[in-house]
Amino acid sequence: MPSPKRIGKIEFGLLSPKEIRTMSVRKIIWADTYDDDGFPYPQGLMDLNLGVIDPGLRCKTCDQKASECPGHFGHIELAKPVIHVGYTRLIRKLLRVTCRSCSRLLLSPEEIEKVVGTEDDLTGDVLSEKDIKKERLCPHCGEQQLKINFEKPTTFSEIFVDDGRKIEHKLTPADIRARMEKIPDEDLRHLGINPDVARPEWTILTVLPVPPVTMRPSIILENGQRSEDDLTHKLVDIIRINQRFKENQDAGAPQLIIEDLWELLQYHVTTYLDNEVAGCPPARHRSGRPLKTLSQRLKGKDGRFRGSLSGKRVNFSARTVISPDPNLSVIEVGIPLAVANEMTIPVQANPFNIEELRQMVRYGPHRASLSAPCGANYVIRPDKRRLRLAEGNLENVAEMLEPGWTVERQIRDGDIVLFNRQPSLHRMSIMAHRVKVMDGRTFRLNPAVCPPYNADFDGDEMNLHIPQTEEARAEAAILVAVEENILSPRFGGPIIGGIHDHVSGIFMLTNQLKWHSKEEALYLLKNIGVEHLPAPGKNEGGRPLWSNKQIFSTVLPKELNMVFRASSCQNCETCRRELCERDAYVRIIDGILESGTIDKKAIGAFDGQIVNRIIRQYGMKRAAEFIDAITHLSIRAIMMNGFSFGIDDEDLSKTEYGQIEEVLSNAVNDVQRRIKIYEDGQLEAMPGRTPEETLEMQIMQVLGKARDRTGEIAGRHLGLGNSAVVMAVSGARGSMLNLTQMAGCVGQQSVRGERIMRGYDDRTLPHFRKGDRGSDAHGFITHSYKSGLNPTEFFFHAIGGREGLVDTAVRTSQSGYLQRRMINALQDLKVAYDGTVRTTGGRIIQFCYGEDGTDPMKSSFGDPVDVKGIVESILKEEV
Amino acid sequence: MVPDHQIMSEEEVQQLYSLYNITSEQLPKIYHDDPAVKVIGAKVGDVIRIVRTSHTAGRAESYRLVIKRPKK
Repeated sequence: MPSPKRIGKIEFGLLSPKEIRTMSVRKIIWADTYDDDGFPYPQGLMDLNLGVIDPGLRCKTCDQKASECPGHFGHIELAKPVIHVGYTRLIRKLLRVTCRSCSRLLLSPEEIEKVVGTEDDLTGDVLSEKDIKKERLCPHCGEQQLKINFEKPTTFSEIFVDDGRKIEHKLTPADIRARMEKIPDEDLRHLGINPDVARPEWTILTVLPVPPVTMRPSIILENGQRSEDDLTHKLVDIIRINQRFKENQDAGAPQLIIEDLWELLQYHVTTYLDNEVAGCPPARHRSGRPLKTLSQRLKGKDGRFRGSLSGKRVNFSARTVISPDPNLSVIEVGIPLAVANEMTIPVQANPFNIEELRQMVRYGPHRASLSAPCGANYVIRPDKRRLRLAEGNLENVAEMLEPGWTVERQIRDGDIVLFNRQPSLHRMSIMAHRVKVMDGRTFRLNPAVCPPYNADFDGDEMNLHIPQTEEARAEAAILVAVEENILSPRFGGPIIGGIHDHVSGIFMLTNQLKWHSKEEALYLLKNIGVEHLPAPGKNEGGRPLWSNKQIFSTVLPKELNMVFRASSCQNCETCRRELCERDAYVRIIDGILESGTIDKKAIGAFDGQIVNRIIRQYGMKRAAEFIDAITHLSIRAIMMNGFSFGIDDEDLSKTEYGQIEEVLSNAVNDVQRRIKIYEDGQLEAMPGRTPEETLEMQIMQVLGKARDRTGEIAGRHLGLGNSAVVMAVSGARGSMLNLTQMAGCVGQQSVRGERIMRGYDDRTLPHFRKGDRGSDAHGFITHSYKSGLNPTEFFFHAIGGREGLVDTAVRTSQSGYLQRRMINALQDLKVAYDGTVRTTGGRIIQFCYGEDGTDPMKSSFGDPVDVKGIVESILKEEV
Repeated sequence: MVPDHQIMSEEEVQQLYSLYNITSEQLPKIYHDDPAVKVIGAKVGDVIRIVRTSHTAGRAESYRLVIKRPKK
């Protein structure tokens, strides 16, 4: 491999007219493309010298066929010079810094020296527009300078004052070109321009290069009509106007007509280069679609750089909808048979596998069922020729197969593949899974791997890529595998873990102490691969019984010791530990759950304390097995009783409804009372606040408290028998606030943290009196989602809801752009072997990665060592 | 508030270069007119040691080469 080279310098220059003519193979004078027989016109835009696109024809310049000829440039001689839009700012600068009569820099040598430095002591600075004072005399010829006005896109004019009136004199491109030509080379160097490669007059075009036909191919529509490329259309316009211009010029047409035509030519050349210039109507296709001209080909997301060079489409990939399958392992991915039959892995034939490969070739490209062994789609001979396998040639090819040939076999169970969901915001957005060929048409994945992908199943699609080389597969298995990415480098904790029903299920299984018969115990543990049940916890009436904690303990490693508090912990002032009435004090001693409930804190994605500890003690592989076991166990547990939520789960009893109503009416009255105090001018303002602000704060506080009270009342009625409560307490989904809003009272709607104030005539809606400060007039919703909102409440709810939507939309777009810029700045940095962070050039960014040299993925939530965890697991008690 | 800036001796600088196997070009830079540089009176070409209190490491050292601020 050649060693990397350091770039010494990059030269930016302009194409001179001479160069354009030298590289041109043909002068183009006709605006027509093809004649009636479909043959290109000589000296037309599709001239055969410019390259060929039709198969069968040969290029007149290089005599190669359409597939080999790279294409060649032609040129158009413009009747009069026109400005290149891309250089208008440079032209403006040059016009302003040079003399209008002698074209020299408007600075004396001493003034230049001040900025640029002397010959031996260059400051490295160049002159800019700011270094020149406005409308001064030329230090060389004494000419009075005029103000240069630039009007977008390409108009330059001089302004002089005559009889107190401002007169604008337009500069033609020819005038400007004449001035540029006279600027001495030395002056250009002071301006940071290298005159050897970029004479300023070359920014005014006198001759226009015509790009090869290969970069503007015409396509033949279904009806046999030719459709030309946008660039060709634009070139046709330019040639037409150019032709007319020349004719008029030769015929001695009046100055006015010449000027009009000149402007028109300028317009066409401008839009040919860039069709999105400010102050210039874009050139349009007959259908009204703006033309995609040169600059549009390069710019933007779908442009040449971001669309074709940085990002490309790839082979050996598949994309479809995803759906959940809790029976899969987290390291697996379910792939539809139809996809598996198309996707292949190349296998080199050798004496040891040739019989196996022959058999695959005999099976051919059609794998009928999941149980059938995989076939092959292509065979590649040593001379790189590809043979497509089809019904007819299977036996034949199988016979011909020899060591050295390559067979592209279909993917089968156990193959390693890369799985990805956009937006790929972090490394866990692409992980390597093991293939599991399945029925159906969707990719299947264990819901526990949803958090790293941020996937759900409301129609999300994901991509699959098949690594094609041994190296790629090894990299995928060692670095990208799901088992290697359970920990997130974002916070140094597990990002894969139980979600939703996993958490609810394990919560319902392990909460409080329950006893299960042998049948139940076996039902729960059926899918986990437990070989023997532990000794029964107790015997009752001659029947052995196992406790729920015993059953859970079977999935724990034997030497695990940890103590922590579950999600359902209320942070009581004095913790009653094992005697906690919520059973929130989790104690695991030697792999046995002694007390406590397993929930989100223990096994959830992002928190999973047990998962975290298993990774530290036993490694990621064991953790992946644990997650598999826990998901299977919890799904079984949740299926024992079933888990659902209906409208009547929000029902409360009459007493609760009475209490809620009382709380709310008290609150509303309290608000009225405070408004009265305020209106009487009796309200004492809080320090630093106006009386209005004080009142608002008080109202918000009163109403907030009232809503919380209704939640408490509703919560008293709804116990752990209610599935929404189970979800909220276990941390699976939702919170008690959601339940409050469903059963108790929705509460205050707000915009920017204040009550809703927007509206006309001192009121939010015409349903209220002007100046009404009452709770209902400013978005307090006394009803619950279950009881239903009245129209004004519904309207306020929509206002509050809209704010949330706008916030998320703005946040995602802003953070997306921020991340793009961060990645652009940081993508090539890496940690060197000496622990420093360096650029590709070896320049040091940090002397020690993160100042402590810790890999955040292997850290314990940011800390290099998990002291508490280690001590706990040795002492077997809380510290 | 401002972390400790010190000018490093020639010897220390050579040690630093050999420790990280670098030339002065590969060091992070600091402008000569940076207030912290002006206070300790460092000249263009000096190397400065900056000792910060760090969230992760407690105490972190870094080094910067004083350069002239380009105009504008």
